[in-house]
Amino acid sequence: MSDIRLTEASSHMRHGSNIGQPLTRRDGILKVTGQARYAADNHVPGMLHAVLAVSSVARGRVTFLDVEAAKRHPGVVDVMTPVHKPRLAEDPDAKTHPFMFRLELLQDDTVRYANQAIAVVIAETLESATEGAALLAPRYETQPARVGLDGDKSFAPPAVGVGNPAEVRHGDVNSALTDASMRIEATYETPAQYHNAMEPHAIVAAWDGDTLSIDTPSQGLAMAQARIAGLFGIPPSNIHIRSPFLGGGFGSKGLISGPQILGIMAARLVGKPVKLTLRREQMYGPVGHRAPTRQTLRVGMDGDGRLTAIDHHARTASSSFDDFFEPAADASHTLYASPAIATSHEVVRLDTGTPLFMRAPGEAPGSIALESAIDEAAWMCGMDPLAFRLKNYADVEPITGKPFSSKALRECYAQGAERFGWARRPLKPRQLRDEAGFLVGWGVGTATFPALMFAADARAVIRADGSGLVESGAHDMGQGAWTALAQIAADGLGLDLAQVEFRAGTSDLPDAGIAGGSAHTATAGMAIHNAGAAVTAKLADLAMSDERSPLFGAGNTGVIARDGRLYRRDDESWSEDYADILTRAGLAEIEARGKGGMDPAAQSIYAMHAHGAVFAEVKVDPDLGQVRVSRMVGAFAAGRIINPRLARSQLFGGMIWGISFALHEEAVMDPRSGRLLNANLAEYHVPVNADVPSLDVLTVEEHDPYVNALGIKGVGEIGVTGSAGAIANAVWHATGFRVRRFPIRIGDLVVPASD
Amino acid sequence: MKTFDYVRPSTVVDAIAAAAAPGAAYLAAGTNLLDLMKGGVVSPKRLVDVTRLPGLDRIERLPDGGTRIGALVRNADLAHDSEFAKSYPAVAEALLSGASAQLRNAATVGGNLMQRTRCSYFYDAASACNKRSPGAGCDAREGENRLHAVLGWSDACIATHPSDFCVPLVALDAVVEIEGRDGGREIPVQFFHRLPGDAPERDSVLEPGELIVAVRLPGEARTFAAHARYLKLRERTSYAFAVVSAAACLKIEQGIIKDARLALGGVAAKPWRAREAEDALIGAHPDAAAYRWAAEAALAGAKPSGNNAFKIELAQRIIIRALTLAATGTPARIPALPASPFSSAAGIPHNV
Ligand SMILES: Cc1cc2nc3c(=O)[nH]c(=O)nc-3n(C[C@H](O)[C@H](O)[C@H](O)COP(=O)(O)OP(=O)(O)OC[C@H]3O[C@@H](n4cnc5c(N)ncnc54)[C@H](O)[C@@H]3O)c2cc1C
Ligand code: SF4
Repeated sequence: MSDIRLTEASSHMRHGSNIGQPLTRRDGILKVTGQARYAADNHVPGMLHAVLAVSSVARGRVTFLDVEAAKRHPGVVDVMTPVHKPRLAEDPDAKTHPFMFRLELLQDDTVRYANQAIAVVIAETLESATEGAALLAPRYETQPARVGLDGDKSFAPPAVGVGNPAEVRHGDVNSALTDASMRIEATYETPAQYHNAMEPHAIVAAWDGDTLSIDTPSQGLAMAQARIAGLFGIPPSNIHIRSPFLGGGFGSKGLISGPQILGIMAARLVGKPVKLTLRREQMYGPVGHRAPTRQTLRVGMDGDGRLTAIDHHARTASSSFDDFFEPAADASHTLYASPAIATSHEVVRLDTGTPLFMRAPGEAPGSIALESAIDEAAWMCGMDPLAFRLKNYADVEPITGKPFSSKALRECYAQGAERFGWARRPLKPRQLRDEAGFLVGWGVGTATFPALMFAADARAVIRADGSGLVESGAHDMGQGAWTALAQIAADGLGLDLAQVEFRAGTSDLPDAGIAGGSAHTATAGMAIHNAGAAVTAKLADLAMSDERSPLFGAGNTGVIARDGRLYRRDDESWSEDYADILTRAGLAEIEARGKGGMDPAAQSIYAMHAHGAVFAEVKVDPDLGQVRVSRMVGAFAAGRIINPRLARSQLFGGMIWGISFALHEEAVMDPRSGRLLNANLAEYHVPVNADVPSLDVLTVEEHDPYVNALGIKGVGEIGVTGSAGAIANAVWHATGFRVRRFPIRIGDLVVPASD
Repeated sequence: MKTFDYVRPSTVVDAIAAAAAPGAAYLAAGTNLLDLMKGGVVSPKRLVDVTRLPGLDRIERLPDGGTRIGALVRNADLAHDSEFAKSYPAVAEALLSGASAQLRNAATVGGNLMQRTRCSYFYDAASACNKRSPGAGCDAREGENRLHAVLGWSDACIATHPSDFCVPLVALDAVVEIEGRDGGREIPVQFFHRLPGDAPERDSVLEPGELIVAVRLPGEARTFAAHARYLKLRERTSYAFAVVSAAACLKIEQGIIKDARLALGGVAAKPWRAREAEDALIGAHPDAAAYRWAAEAALAGAKPSGNNAFKIELAQRIIIRALTLAATGTPARIPALPASPFSSAAGIPHNV
């Protein structure tokens, strides 16, 4: 059960619905006053502290651990190692369904990557456990690490992403390229990136017999529960997980990670509650990352600037022991109307942790390459890059030929360009200077992200006092689920937000699916909406079949739920209060459940995507090569916007990730040892405030009757796409140099003589 | 457990006595030292906390016009002292371009001089590093060395000194005041840091147990105030170490450069004073040709220590820009983005 006390809804003028109101976060005050309790803030009585000892080599075997020395250290209670650990009911290397990833749970002495857990020290204090871990002084038998995209032989993966075909062909790309009157071929590289959520992965685990109580951040409570149940051989209902707040996840908390399970194992081993929190540098390995890519695009055009072929090939990497293949080339499936499109992937296995979903997996690296290539193609055709994109606008999904369920991308281009002042852009690069003499460049990128839905349940209750309760095991990673889903809940019940208690964030509530794929608001929201509809329908049945109700007999015309009353649809002068209906029926409350999920029939007919257009202005020092983004405008069409304020924040955040992708972020790995060299927030650069200019977000009206009844697409990831490419294109427009390796660094713009 | 003593002496004499023990280290704000200890890079046997030593937190105007800055003056306090910033604008700008506001509020003058390199292999206890363990080898040589030294490096070590503050200090002939068991001594900042040679473990000429008590800027240094800039290139607009940086201070009379000071950061194991360039500038007209000539002179001895040849070109360009900006004149206020190229006009058009 959730015991979160949210702020009363901020005062707002409500014109009919809660949906669409720009409410501030209802958990905002808890957060800014430090009262929001994150996993590691929990202190259970009798709790011990567990600290991971991690490998400093990337590949090999642990040959020695000085367990005795660690155990002798005052305060150390136990040391969990491959030979001393609780028995698991399931092999951590087993994969019984496609969403299951192999975990390093001390199953043996193998080291698969640097920063892998090789032992866990459990002690009375964090300090003792930390020192105990240091005293283990591991020795290794080391094998040469496979590092970088050329670190091993490549192969064609069986599938990429979540079961997408690794190779897709539409039309004959090779002959289209041969026949093209113009073509470009270019290779782009993107680095490994780490999620780096502010909140490190942490867990407080307490066993009571075979029941387990856990505080840990999760973007997927039900899946975490199932995974833990499988590993420990207990029913999922024995596991209670609280995850009311996440300090960011970005995909790294979608699946429960090895270190979190190790915390549970440690608690099992010592028979006491245990807290385990990752150190920042330990987050660079066992909790996923975005794999590096090298993408080659071959694009053909006819004499009129029409695309004739797009061939997008991506080389990427997975770990040596598991499969997650960043579907980077798939970015070319949906955006541009080329009669021939081919996408393909090859992968190498490296001695790293397994890469995983990271905000806009596939789309983000794929988009920066595709948007750069489209710009290069436009330039070769002598066309304005926006005009080129419009000329090649896809009215149906190019790879499938399906119509779009809705697509207001033209409006995005038009409104974004207008707001940005794009019409004044000179065609040639290196034409613009500001008054201080800096090179100025303008670039555009198209944003796209699929409108996905998973499966969710929700429960809605109307109480005899007329108030409502809605339950959904939804996850708030900071995106605002506590607020946006409550808005949907209130509308579903026909109540004002203040009259609805909304519970979320724990595993005993109905499964809300995962907070990922930008699908959480749509999926959990639809379940909540349907639960609300179901419970008001039940209430209506009660009223309409009761002779004493003014609604008696309204069954044929039906009723509308609004402001805590049911109204006869054909004559609103007949209505009745929820409380009156329930009181008369002698019921304390009435409840119903609802489900959210995709509609396979609509999916088979329509291609469903959110779209956007991002315009960026950069300034580049002509001699020194330092780049700064000075302006960005993003116009997005993402269906119905539940809460414009929260949606804008998501889109801002995505655009800032785009800045990061284009100019800052990069995990640097030692080419020989495979160790991360910048596993900290000082040297792993993300933009600071001074790097983020004034951002402008427009949300373009879009009504989509097919994605789901609420018309919701997603806004969580799309902002990253398009943005990074727009910045890269703006750097080219400013300087005339096309940098094809990201992030763009000072040195990349300095080596070519600037005059 | 790496147990260590912690002492907090209340006089300089006691501090020096306490630090005489082998393996002792002074602790100032700890923004560098504590990170190094947590990472297992250094493990002092005794920490001598100097933050309560009386009298070391003062900024004093000296009779000869110079300024004496106590070793415990916080980086932010020094930069925001308006008299100081007016007299030594390049120093203030350099200070404000370093680290983050939080770190500058804590970091001390002495600690800034003594901060260790940011070479990642130095921080990674599992890598071979001659600076961390003499004779172990240098993993940076064949590793990631894009940001390593291009001047004054040796086969033993190619690391750079990361301080911004020290760059204008060497340009302006600042002096370090040191107290030791045998009394005090003074060393120009320029000779304070060492090039690696075959003993990269020694960053400076400070002997074990010696305490920095102050840094002194000579009166003459303020005569550059009208034409003094610090410029720093970094991979994000703020909160990043320099890829390369330059302090340029000029005295211009009747259209002629009467005196010039130039130093570079991020290029060597010490803040790099470019004397040849200064000599080339003195007597010249402050124009592009003179700056280019100076830039070439400053980097004449440079060679890449790895995958970092671009830094040689970049260092020359930043010299030209810093000199251009200095000649234009010190801005009335420290720019909102201190030392960023985006704070000032890009200067000479690139294609002149
Ligand atoms: C994330 C991050 C970013 C940074 N970015 C920058 C940057 O951009 N530019 C920059 O210039 N710096 C930067 N710094 C470094 C920062 O300036 C130094 O850490 C700081 O100046 C050290 O001062 P302190 O007082 O904390 O020293 P401490 O950490 O306490 O000590 C550092 C060293 O100096 C010795 N020491 C301290 N005082 C004395 C004394 N009086 N006499 C003799 N020895 C002494 C100590 O024994 C220790 O070896 C950054 C630091 C961090 C952590
Ligand atoms: S460059 Fe110097 S500090 Fe870096 S690894 Fe080599 S010896 Fe150590």
